[in-house]
Amino acid sequence: MLDVIDLNIEFHDHLTPETVVYDFDLHLDEGEIVGIVGESGSGKSMSALAIAGLLSRKHMKKRGQILFDGVDLLTCSRNVLRKYQGNDICMVFQEPMTSLNPVKRIGWQVGESLRIHTSLSEEQIKEKVLKILKDVELDDPEGVYDKYPHELSGGMRQRVMIAAALVCDPKILIADEPTTALDVTVQAQIIRLLKRINKKTGTAILFISHDLSVVRKLCGRVLVMYQGRIVESGDVNEVFDSPKEDYTKRLISAIPKMEKLKYEQ
Amino acid sequence: MKKRFMKNRRLFIGAVITGIMVLLAVAGVFFTPYDPNAMDTSAKLAGISLKHLMGCDNFGRDILSRILSGLGTTMLVALGTVFIGVFFGTIIGAFTGYYGGIPDEVLMRFNDAVLAFPSLLLALVFISVMGAGKLNVTIALGILFIPSYARIMRGEFLRCKNLDYVRSARLMGASDIRIMFVHILPNTVQVMLSTIAIGFNNAVLAEAGMSYLGIGVQPPDSSLGRMLSEAQSYLFIRPGYAVCTGTAIVLLILGFAMLSEGLEKNA
Repeated sequence: MLDVIDLNIEFHDHLTPETVVYDFDLHLDEGEIVGIVGESGSGKSMSALAIAGLLSRKHMKKRGQILFDGVDLLTCSRNVLRKYQGNDICMVFQEPMTSLNPVKRIGWQVGESLRIHTSLSEEQIKEKVLKILKDVELDDPEGVYDKYPHELSGGMRQRVMIAAALVCDPKILIADEPTTALDVTVQAQIIRLLKRINKKTGTAILFISHDLSVVRKLCGRVLVMYQGRIVESGDVNEVFDSPKEDYTKRLISAIPKMEKLKYEQ
Repeated sequence: MKKRFMKNRRLFIGAVITGIMVLLAVAGVFFTPYDPNAMDTSAKLAGISLKHLMGCDNFGRDILSRILSGLGTTMLVALGTVFIGVFFGTIIGAFTGYYGGIPDEVLMRFNDAVLAFPSLLLALVFISVMGAGKLNVTIALGILFIPSYARIMRGEFLRCKNLDYVRSARLMGASDIRIMFVHILPNTVQVMLSTIAIGFNNAVLAEAGMSYLGIGVQPPDSSLGRMLSEAQSYLFIRPGYAVCTGTAIVLLILGFAMLSEGLEKNA
């Protein structure tokens, strides 16, 4: 469904161009969950933003292809790209505190994609929004519908973001470190929620994280990125159990482990 | 909400003063003690009495009646000015701030050029081309106010366009126009309101200044600025005339100034 071939991303807003992603390749099938791991600055978010079509076309040069159902998102017109955005490709950001418009009610914001991509009436939109708010396991969908973002907690906001992303039944959900800003218990809930949604609707998820244990729990395949390149990829258990690359080994050994400590003593 | 409003004393006092002034202006449209233009030769420069609460001017016209109707004229001109300025300023600011690039540079430098002129001088040019009168004054001042609003709104759009929620709106496939006016514009309301209040003040003063110079509102229409300039000649014989008119202007501006400061504080 989604094929990224030899994607290179270059910044052109300084005097000397700077390449941040080299030869990025990715294949994503329907219903798949693929993880991208790597340290900060390894280019994982950049690749995700490029796939979502959010990188400025003027200041960043991109080579390669991002094929979505055969259409190259890098070269198609803005109008064609907009048709896919929100409808087929959605994204959840890292920071739930700032990703919602502070002056608009939750219900309005979640329904925005529907308003843009479909010709449903306001009542139909409200019905759908309430349903999706329920699907992301918010306790009181009707109450949340009329609230403003500042009245919700971080975990609730992230659920709202996920609801807003999923309201149009997208084919791909890109989750850019969706749990980093949340505390551990809420993290676990959100991960479970993502997994359930994936099973239920068949939405493919591209999950970006630097939390290896979360990736292992959630994803089927994983890409390891380092300094703008994919250094290793494959089945999640294979990569984590028998890493081939030196960087992957070091990344995995950096996970603090209780057992290891006891063993050493 | 209500408590916060009462607690913010500036906002409260500003709202009360402005409310009273607006009420008086509206009342002045329907009812004045005397016809504001009726002359009574026996009451030329009459002092304060029960019959004429604020006395009469050099033609024997009742000053209270003239202030009431002048308040309406002044407010109407100021509102029109602010409306023209905000409307076009917002559109220009939205496009330049959101898109940036060369059009932004060109428009903003042009803006700077307009701002560099003394505004009253430019208004004089406009008026001498278009002729005096209420409507022309409003248009001239409105055009003069566009650059400053455009600059403020440009800053707001520039600030908002890279925020996460705008990014997520873009990701939902919203068009640029929709992002600008549905997603960003409501977030600029706070800044817009306080600039509107300040702009209203400037417009009142500018109108008063132009009428004072005789190029604003034309007789027999009364306006606060015009009355002030007429009162000048009788400042020592009948100081009440200038004091009453001046007080009306001061109250009008004070109300709006406190309102805008209160709004800023409430942010």
